[in-house]
Amino acid sequence: MHRVVITGAGTINPLGADVASTFAAMREGQCGIGPLEIADVGRLSIQIGGQIKGYDETAHFNRQQIALYDRFTQFTLLAAREAIAQSGLSFTGDLADRSGVVLGTSGGGLNTQDENYRAVYEAGKNRVHPFIVPKLMNNAAASHVSMEWNLRGPSFTVATACASSNHAMGQAFNMVRCGMAPVMVTGGSEAMLCFGGIKAWEGLRVMSKDACRPFSATRNGMVQGEGAGVFVFEDYEHAKARGADILCEVVGFAMSSDAADIVMPSKQGAARAIAGALKDARLAKESVGYINAHGTGTAANDKTECAAVADVFGPHADQLMISSTKSMHGHLIGGTGAVELLACIMALRDGVVAPTIGYEEPDPECALDVVPNVARDANVDVALSNAFAFGGLNAVLVLRKH
Amino acid sequence: MNIKEQVIAIIAEQAMLEPSDIKMENTLEDIGIDSLGLVESIFAIEEAFDIAVPFNANEPSASDFDISSVGAIVDAVTKLRAEQGK
Repeated sequence: MHRVVITGAGTINPLGADVASTFAAMREGQCGIGPLEIADVGRLSIQIGGQIKGYDETAHFNRQQIALYDRFTQFTLLAAREAIAQSGLSFTGDLADRSGVVLGTSGGGLNTQDENYRAVYEAGKNRVHPFIVPKLMNNAAASHVSMEWNLRGPSFTVATACASSNHAMGQAFNMVRCGMAPVMVTGGSEAMLCFGGIKAWEGLRVMSKDACRPFSATRNGMVQGEGAGVFVFEDYEHAKARGADILCEVVGFAMSSDAADIVMPSKQGAARAIAGALKDARLAKESVGYINAHGTGTAANDKTECAAVADVFGPHADQLMISSTKSMHGHLIGGTGAVELLACIMALRDGVVAPTIGYEEPDPECALDVVPNVARDANVDVALSNAFAFGGLNAVLVLRKH
Repeated sequence: MNIKEQVIAIIAEQAMLEPSDIKMENTLEDIGIDSLGLVESIFAIEEAFDIAVPFNANEPSASDFDISSVGAIVDAVTKLRAEQGK
């Protein structure tokens, strides 16, 4: 078994266009959620989101690239560029042949689908651009990362709705741990803030019209966001031998399936994933200082998640901190676990725990230390990141300070 | 069909019961409609009556749309249709 460390991190999300600005925003408890600027927003009943404002694709990519890169692929490539640059790795020879990419996304090229359905159904056009299929496919981002950085080993995309990124990073972790690959580029991306993407979510009646307030008694639903987080997972011995700066260690991962309901979460399923991840990490539950919650701000998730945490941790549940950064960046669906892993890294490396903003009133069913509204300085040795998807698919990662 | 009969037909279909089995005083819970079934019923009501029903599954009781019983839903639909000029 190989130890696995993170040697690079990159992101673009509603809080910032890189890791440093995202950390700064999380420390300040900034809100990246605001009015949506998309086509036909007037026909939506939900008109807010964690949208990346002021984004200009032509500042980053040329005409030929834009013809091939959906917004979710663009976000992935920008995040990967930052992460791989930080790692200092260049992929040649045997390292290139054995290293790969595993990314999570739920909607893939949803903007491309939305735009082209408009063209053929609404505008009545009978012809679409020749690259629509390679632009919209869910594995487009992973493939473009592999091409851009010459990653020639195992590469694929994981789609498990809101747990996609955590499932992807769990695969990357286990592939490096078992020696299948010395380096895996991993994380996830989502760009679902288009008319069709939001209209579909509206139907479920679980979206908030004003704000995401996880764990607060006044919460009234989730808010969608967009963006990407990408990390370099590397064999510890490989990283040490080249003198790489290590951000933290990945020490455990577990998955579970509720096998119960297509949308309603299960306390038992969540608890089994959390307990399983700690067992995989061979860590006592008392070692955990911070949990980045799934914390969607829906009635169903937040109370189920808090009950699962209370079940697994017992009295220690009252000693640890648990916050939901979705209050700041929204729910990035298939990319959410990747951006939220940044909050875990910030807690371990910088000793700053990101807050749950928008918190107004305690809810007795969520009676944990949710780090309300203001970030907190704390010495955290072990951090967990929870993701619980529609379909009852759960994935929890454990990180440790290096 | 009048409003009452249409609402009962929608709820009966969701509950997989005969319309004659639905009583006005029944709660949705009585007839086995869960939160997903409720969201689907509201969608069917909006489509059938061409109205917009204000309803957030996170705070069902905070809505003006009273779902405490089948009869309450019939009254709420009647009121919404009048308000929305249908």
